Amino acid sequence: MRGRESDSGKRRGGISRRDFLKVCTAAAVYMGLPASFGPRLAEAATAAAKRPPVIWLSGQECTGCTETLLRATHPTVESLILDLISLDYSETLNTGAGQQAEEYREKSIEENKGKFILVVEGSIPVKDGGIYCKVAGRPVLDILKETAPKAAAVIAIGSCASWGGVPATPPNPTGATPAHEILAGTGIPVVNIPGCPPNPYNFLSTVLYFLTLKKLPELDDKMRPKFAYGRLIHENCERRPHFDAGRFAEVFGDAGHRQGWCLYKLGCKGPETFNNCPTLLFGDVGAGAWPVGTGHPCFGCSEQGVGFVTPIHSPAKPLYITPPIQFAAAQPQEGKGASTLAAAVAGVAVGAGVVAAAASLGKKCGSGNEES
Amino acid sequence: MAINRRDFLKVTAGSGLLLAADVSPGLASPPKSLPPEAVGILYDATLCIGCKSCMVNCKKYNSMPGGALRQDNGSIPYEYQSSARIYDAPTDLSAKTLNIIKVYRSGTGVNKDQVENGYSFVQQHCLHCVDPACASVCPVGAFHKLPGSGIVAYEADKCIGCRYCELACPFGVPRFEWRNASPKLVKCQLCRHRVAEGGYSACCEFCPTGASLFGKVVDLRAEAARRLALPAGSSYDYPLNRIGSGRSMPKKVANYYQHTYGLTEAGGTQCMLLAGVPFDKLGFNPRITDQRYPDLTWEYIVKVPILIAALLAAGTVVQRLTRNKGDDR
Repeated sequence: MRGRESDSGKRRGGISRRDFLKVCTAAAVYMGLPASFGPRLAEAATAAAKRPPVIWLSGQECTGCTETLLRATHPTVESLILDLISLDYSETLNTGAGQQAEEYREKSIEENKGKFILVVEGSIPVKDGGIYCKVAGRPVLDILKETAPKAAAVIAIGSCASWGGVPATPPNPTGATPAHEILAGTGIPVVNIPGCPPNPYNFLSTVLYFLTLKKLPELDDKMRPKFAYGRLIHENCERRPHFDAGRFAEVFGDAGHRQGWCLYKLGCKGPETFNNCPTLLFGDVGAGAWPVGTGHPCFGCSEQGVGFVTPIHSPAKPLYITPPIQFAAAQPQEGKGASTLAAAVAGVAVGAGVVAAAASLGKKCGSGNEES
Repeated sequence: MAINRRDFLKVTAGSGLLLAADVSPGLASPPKSLPPEAVGILYDATLCIGCKSCMVNCKKYNSMPGGALRQDNGSIPYEYQSSARIYDAPTDLSAKTLNIIKVYRSGTGVNKDQVENGYSFVQQHCLHCVDPACASVCPVGAFHKLPGSGIVAYEADKCIGCRYCELACPFGVPRFEWRNASPKLVKCQLCRHRVAEGGYSACCEFCPTGASLFGKVVDLRAEAARRLALPAGSSYDYPLNRIGSGRSMPKKVANYYQHTYGLTEAGGTQCMLLAGVPFDKLGFNPRITDQRYPDLTWEYIVKVPILIAALLAAGTVVQRLTRNKGDDR
């Protein structure tokens, strides 16, 4: 997709208009929107006099969510931050530092009040006044509470920001809290993009959707976009037919494991984790590039109460396991055919007809024989 | 117990004469009681996730030497050895399927263990009756209960292929090998070849959720009673694989249908079932009562030797008469 040098009309950031439209069309398709939506997304992302500003706040996190975004190839991070959005503040990607960066953040927030997208990466410690995570000498808790009311939308990227993740694992010494809990009651909508890390395209698609339609995509009861977290991993898993056929890897490296059988018995949390990993895959390197595809059971990183909380190799508790159609019915349905009496009457009628026909045929043959 | 055809006929004729005397059925067939060391399976449909691991491993371990499905080429009758790697899931118990997971569905079929708009899995295999009908009708003793474990076992070298067992079993379990030139009857024998080596049923060993639980019948009955007494929604540490395995998995207790199938049905069975829906929905014939089936069998089978004796006598008379006529000529 990249590097089509022959394309004319290069835009800044080294992406041609043609490739840019492709990116937007792909994003539209991820979200279940018609492909014709692509140009609209592109228009929305470029038409504005100013690219939409994004403030990226980091709490207790490992920078993995930023890293996953850096590894997106369509769009690449440079086209993202140079063409699609204006990343005004990100502790990882800032070119400036210290006082300079903080000043620019405050300036951008004031200038773009009610227009910028606030991305929260990492959980926010609340214990002891949030002193366990400070940026520029101030607790992140305070920065978030101050920034969020001025944002157009808040996106919590990663499991830590969505529901606590690793820092919130018991005993949770810092009181790590997800963004939506801190902002609860303020009426500020928070979109959760859980995952460790989440798929960058789930994040990018949400951003593009918001830019185009000026509203958030359809969310489920845990405030996750339905286009990405609408189905269980188990439902789209390439190993699902093995589950339905009772073929399981019993231990790592056994014959079943080598043949790609279901990993449920090795502790796969796919049956209780909502995500689109099996269909979207990671890293744009082709089939099998996701945890289960590589032979390791899903550990439910994106599901609250599963990843980082339950043991990795303990069996999952399947959420809904509506049996596939090929199961034998406990009580086979009997067809309601004709009644015995009706069948008998029909049989008699047919029989009489056959006898009559045979008799007349016999007469004809008989007469024919007499003649010869 | 080896018996040849000649001896068998002798015994039949002799017992026929003996039974022609006034003998009450009850005296002739004392009810069998549960051996104290009897083993069985407790299947809990509320734990079952329909993964069919039990079915696949049943086939695998019963196709191995000593198993009920043993084949000369040692192939597993599920994993068809073809380049296309196709397979077809069994639809019923058959001469190649000793154990099957079936499903009850109604309406939208999305709620587990619910009668309306719900579904429930059910495992079908030999229930190993305390007093089995198949053994009572078998004229040659091919079906018999193993001493100690109480497993209803089948001896292919005795079988004459009359298929009385197939007709007698109220649960429709024994299946005839119609496609075999020297056919046998096939049914679950609770992995007796594995039990003999200190193991236990493959279905239970490979069940990931504890839905199939192996153990002594007395322990399983206690376990079933314990589960039924649990309030729905509470958490219970369900034992896995076999009683005393040391492995367990906590799970929220489902809303049980308050009955242990197999506790009393057909005089009691060594394999029992728990479920969230009534058992007639799961394919169990509601006409099966607590009556011991051998009692029913006996009323009829007791007349067979008399009939044979009567035919023998009548035939002798006819033969005598006709032979004399022939001499006259």
